[in-house]
Amino acid sequence: MRQASRILSTYTADVMGVPSALYEMGGLVIMHDASGCNSTYNTHDEPRWYTKPSMVYISALTEMDAVLGNDEKLINDVITTANELHPRFIAIVGTIIPAIMGTDLNGISRIIEDKTGLPVFGFKTNSMHSYVSGVNMALSEIARRFCDRSLKPETCACCRNPSVNLLGVTPLDFSITGNVEAMIKIFEDSGFDVKSCWAMNSSWRELMNAGMANVNVVVSSCGLQLAETLREIYGTPYIIGVPVGNGLTKEIFSAAEKALATGENQILPCSGTFDEKEGRKIYIIGEAVNSASMRNALEYDYGIGNVHVICPLEDDGGVLRKDDLLSPYEEDIFAELEDADILIADPLCKPALSSSNTDFVSLPHEGCSGRIYRNDIPIYIGSEFNKWIENKLPL
Amino acid sequence: MMGLCRGDTAGASLLIKDAKSLSPYEYGIEYSSPARGPWNIVHIGMLLPESHQIYVCAQACMRGVVLTAAEMNAMDRFSSIIIRENNILNGDMEQLIIDGVSDIITKLPKKPRAVMIFTTCIHHFLACDLNFVFTQLREKFTDIDFTDCYMHPIMRKTKTAPDPKMREQLYSFLKAVPIDKRSINLIGNNEKMAESSELIKMFKSAGYKIKDICSCKTYDEYQEMASSGYNVTINPAAIVAADTLEKRLRQKQIYLPLSYNYDEIEKLLKMAADILSLKMPDIKKLRFNAESEIKTTKKAIKDLPIAIDYTATTRPLGLAKLLIEHGFNVTSVYADAFTEEEHSAFDWLKENAGNLRLFATVHPKMGLLPHNEAQSNGGHLLAIGQKSAYFTGTDHFVNILEGGGLWGYDGICLLMKLIREAAVTQKDTRSIIQVKGWGCCC
Repeated sequence: MRQASRILSTYTADVMGVPSALYEMGGLVIMHDASGCNSTYNTHDEPRWYTKPSMVYISALTEMDAVLGNDEKLINDVITTANELHPRFIAIVGTIIPAIMGTDLNGISRIIEDKTGLPVFGFKTNSMHSYVSGVNMALSEIARRFCDRSLKPETCACCRNPSVNLLGVTPLDFSITGNVEAMIKIFEDSGFDVKSCWAMNSSWRELMNAGMANVNVVVSSCGLQLAETLREIYGTPYIIGVPVGNGLTKEIFSAAEKALATGENQILPCSGTFDEKEGRKIYIIGEAVNSASMRNALEYDYGIGNVHVICPLEDDGGVLRKDDLLSPYEEDIFAELEDADILIADPLCKPALSSSNTDFVSLPHEGCSGRIYRNDIPIYIGSEFNKWIENKLPL
Repeated sequence: MMGLCRGDTAGASLLIKDAKSLSPYEYGIEYSSPARGPWNIVHIGMLLPESHQIYVCAQACMRGVVLTAAEMNAMDRFSSIIIRENNILNGDMEQLIIDGVSDIITKLPKKPRAVMIFTTCIHHFLACDLNFVFTQLREKFTDIDFTDCYMHPIMRKTKTAPDPKMREQLYSFLKAVPIDKRSINLIGNNEKMAESSELIKMFKSAGYKIKDICSCKTYDEYQEMASSGYNVTINPAAIVAADTLEKRLRQKQIYLPLSYNYDEIEKLLKMAADILSLKMPDIKKLRFNAESEIKTTKKAIKDLPIAIDYTATTRPLGLAKLLIEHGFNVTSVYADAFTEEEHSAFDWLKENAGNLRLFATVHPKMGLLPHNEAQSNGGHLLAIGQKSAYFTGTDHFVNILEGGGLWGYDGICLLMKLIREAAVTQKDTRSIIQVKGWGCCC
């Protein structure tokens, strides 16, 4: 029974992915739901909630309003709040009940837009997918709607390296423990001009200048749709990969230069020197781009083959290999891990191991266990990955 | 947003003298503060020993409950069945639940004595035939008790809200047995009532056996609650549970709500004494003790500003009235509405403490207003409850939920001690108030 899960947890859902992506943009974000989505979001999915206010709310949908199709209530409530809070834009995020009721989020958005003069989005999330889809659609729509199409990538003779945007950055994949700052720093230290980081730690103005970057770097599967949108608008090529470990980080920088030179997208560089069948069998569970980057880092820096990725998030980020597993189901994950020698994963995945002989390396993931193990999330950007993994595994 | 920085509280706050009713705010879209406050349905369900919870819902709905269980280190008592689009389109929801629950039970290392199956809003909208589902499961697993539980916040205004419904279903496993008139259940509490309470002492001195799910270690011990002749309820959210038990098991409900009014407490004690043939305690002495503790507290904290919220007590206005009557400087009460039981306190406060400020907790502005009332008082502000601690930004607060098991004159005495302690002891507010429920690890 694939949809049943005896003991494994659930990843953040699409509905919560939207506010996570839009959190720092000054918009009014309303999850169109009864209750629960908002407290789940700010308890388990949003580490910025306590210290950095944002206008994320719930519509408090009732049974009668849903059954009678009383969209007027939502429209009036949103307009009232927008008039009080003066947001930059409004985003209405769908959930399961509006989805089955056939609520016309686009129509509602147009009405609110007419009445407030503010840009309004209706995101057709339905509560039944992972945050990856929610973040993707949110970031992409913001760029499509707001980014100045007349911008052009900078050309500067004195610049040794191209300028970049980092795409697909939310606390759900990178938390708030230092990896985002480390990622920006490693690009800047290597001479790259980081134009924007979608969407943490960048001002609205910086985000709107994304069209001036030479290359986009997709650092999680949450940034792929945005990368395609920016390519469509500005023709900007993108690379996919997280600068993890010494070898891969260098390769990613080279790939950025190659993307600029050729105009072609560059998918996660791979050493190609390993033999997948040798050595202990290692599995990494997590978001596709981060996990695959770590796999490649193990290959580059330690010559370790036989590393496999299990992505429980419905989206392969364009980086999974044929032997990897893309499935959110416990049954599939249990079966895949039967011959695992080493598992690198969030602590909530540990019960998936049937054998006590399997070594477990804890790699907490906010999109999986939320805040529970946040303090144990390592910095894994650049050479920090090497320090961390060498401390965890005999390499 | 600039207006809010200057403290524009319009619509989210008002003076009690300007409040027209017990529901003084207009509500549209809602904010949720990081102060978690009361337990959710997972926590409450975990009170049942040897039980297992299975949730059938969409990923977004699952996320909050599964991580609640994870934070309690109770994932071995929690399982899930994820709903996909095809289940909605194909109309196979009943089969999904039957097959999913069967699969989970088969894979559990030890069979639970009781299984709570939680369905959600979507099942109601799809008219899922839960009778069929439970009939099938009961036939299939004859050695396991099943009950239907609900996570259906969309029905919160049209049907029994999730919290009281959960408290009702928690006792739905109880099976009819001969009634023992010398046994009393305390029903619907998440925390044990203090043993020093005059009510507990009255029960015990009359020879009554007291049973409470909070004390049960085994499922058999829980089942013994079915034989009690009476169900005592303190919390309004437990009334539905006791009503149902009265009809189903003929256990008489005695509703003794949390009160901070001396006369009402005496009246409630007298009512309990009449029904159960108890000896009344020395009321004069109990009142004297409460007065004495209140005076000691007032002397200790002087004019320290106090904020109260609805998560600390079911009667925040009653508590405010008691404190203001005794000269305390209660400045604000955080609650979105007040129960009908608070009407007399509401009227008294309007008349005698009209400048008491009321704050909503879910109004959209509450997330953007500066939470610095304590700071502007030089750090001197005492909160009673987690939400008021958050909204005022204080490190001095009484950390209790739903009354904290404190009842009657004795409860007032214990609360005063907690107030004195909180006034002089700093707490790590940020860490404490983001944790929800019992046993949680972060």
